[in-house]
Amino acid sequence: MTGETLLAVRDLKVHFPLQGGMFGGKGSVVRAVDGVDFELKQGETLGIVGESGCGKSTLARAVLRLIPHAAGEVVWLGKDLHALDAEAMRAERRNMQIIFQDPLASLDPHMSIGAIIGQPLRTFHRELSRQDQRRRVFEAMRQVGLAPELADRFPHEFSGGMCQRVGIARAMILKPKLVVCDEPVSALDVSIQAQIINLLMDLQRRFDLSLLFISHNLSVVRHISHRVMVLYLGKVMEIAERDEFYARPLHPYSEALISAVPIPDPLLERQRPRIVLSGDLPSPINPPSGCRFSSRCPRATEICHKAEPALLDYGRDHRAACHHIPITPVATPR
Amino acid sequence: MSDSPVPANPAPPPQPAAAGGAPILSVRDLAIRFRTADGTVTAAADVGFDIRAGEIVGLVGESGSGKSQILMSLMGLLASNGHASGSAVFRGEEILNAPARRLDALRGASMSMIFQDPMTSLNPYLRVSTQLVEVLERHRGMTRAEAMAQALAIMESVRIPDAARRIRLYPHEFSGGMRQRVMIAMALLCRPALLLADEPTTALDVTVQAQILELIADLARSIGTAVLFVTHDLGVVARLCDRVIVLYGGRIMESGEATDIFGDPKHPYTRGLIDSTPRLDERSHGELRTIPGQPRAAQLAPMGCPFEPRCPHRVVRCRTERPAPQEAGLRQLACHEVRL
Repeated sequence: MTGETLLAVRDLKVHFPLQGGMFGGKGSVVRAVDGVDFELKQGETLGIVGESGCGKSTLARAVLRLIPHAAGEVVWLGKDLHALDAEAMRAERRNMQIIFQDPLASLDPHMSIGAIIGQPLRTFHRELSRQDQRRRVFEAMRQVGLAPELADRFPHEFSGGMCQRVGIARAMILKPKLVVCDEPVSALDVSIQAQIINLLMDLQRRFDLSLLFISHNLSVVRHISHRVMVLYLGKVMEIAERDEFYARPLHPYSEALISAVPIPDPLLERQRPRIVLSGDLPSPINPPSGCRFSSRCPRATEICHKAEPALLDYGRDHRAACHHIPITPVATPR
Repeated sequence: MSDSPVPANPAPPPQPAAAGGAPILSVRDLAIRFRTADGTVTAAADVGFDIRAGEIVGLVGESGSGKSQILMSLMGLLASNGHASGSAVFRGEEILNAPARRLDALRGASMSMIFQDPMTSLNPYLRVSTQLVEVLERHRGMTRAEAMAQALAIMESVRIPDAARRIRLYPHEFSGGMRQRVMIAMALLCRPALLLADEPTTALDVTVQAQILELIADLARSIGTAVLFVTHDLGVVARLCDRVIVLYGGRIMESGEATDIFGDPKHPYTRGLIDSTPRLDERSHGELRTIPGQPRAAQLAPMGCPFEPRCPHRVVRCRTERPAPQEAGLRQLACHEVRL
């Protein structure tokens, strides 16, 4: 890690309007991302965790400006991305890439592997000769552990793990600074998942790459991330350095999440304390008032249903948003 | 669960978990083959195991391991080009390839199945109440009012809040976790002696998964249902299962008590699986151990050990000679190179 801040997200909001009529009524919006702040340094991995509907994928898309935001800033190397004109935005895109959960669905079935991996070159480096393009494609394939001989094959001939390597090669070919990984190993078999995690960590080391790693798998996130951010219904509940987060979670939701993840060790599993939350995630259309976690929180009291807690720093850059944290914050909210 | 008002059961009730009781299900030499345009594909072979009342057995494997097809064959639900051979004795009765009418009587009554996608077993056009009541009217001969009371009790027992109102809803009106509970409620209506579960928590969020796993564990404890639980998640196995069967390429690589399998994995594949799984409690962030190559495609049917192409310990005979199963107590192992 070089430590230079690559990305600073400030009070980012993404709202989706709801159609009037049967549900929700006129003019209401889903606040899918509702005031998120974080920073990402060069060479760093920030793991973003949370359950379905927490806004993690929406957040990633707004960070890349693949969808419009409602408010806030995404400061990328000193520039507010959402304020750039189309041409300037296009120029920045080569430095930010994304890989998806379903490796096969994110590859065009009519294109050969080589053509898929080389597509970004045809968009951003039209000056390259066909020969140079081919050379760059082979180089990218080798980087992700694909034999260049496979360049003329098609996605359907490949397994899920191989397809994910193709997606990673396509993301890496422009030598980006940031790769957003949206559940990149969730659809893979365990033995293949480990190969892809190793590959991403290796690429990060070699190219000083920054990763936003979105996953619902807290074990994978612990392995790959330097810091972890927990989202719940569009809000940051907690953000902290990895080992600090897993050893000393401050937010009751983080605690519950961590305790819910089974560890592959039956003896340990029998002794672990378990916090079983009641119910499901509430609808993001109509989140609980006050703290959004209050409807499922084992610690909730009256204040939690009325006032939204601020995200406060509890030292060593460990921030959490809860009325019932037993220690004193070190700084006032931004 | 035990306090729900359940009327007399026509079938003998399952006995609570007791070491050494007669198995509820005995599977021997199970093989599953599919006829395809490219010839016969073997999805599973030489599969054998027992499950006793109240026991939860994990069937673990990756894509193509045959784990789901084993469940489908037991339920008599293989695709029309599939054929199962061997034997599966359920409470003294052969169920493999049993007549459809006999299977209809067993399914939903004394054996039930739950799936990853609850909509697989729920009818989207019918209210949940209608679907639950139908099972009880048909298998238990209850009146509509009796069945309704019983259905409501089951909904409450799987902790669906506000059950009296929700029972009138259609499946799509439930959230994913609640729908999974409805399916489990349906599977439990007749207090089955055997529950076959095919990755029922894979699509759920971890906090909801934790709730469903507790529910299944409760069920096995309180009414002695035997559970065969298919999953690829070793953490889930460690939390839930008493015993584990590790499958690769349609064959059993290793089986035994969960504490033994995780504490001292013998088979190179089991070791590989455990080593390549990142752990929530790990503090090292180095390279994960991996298993080279890809999970085996089902259509290849090598003579030797199916794991041979990916095995770090393989020797020449692994390719040509099937390892004979070694046995020691509850532990079984199929490997030339590792001794029990």
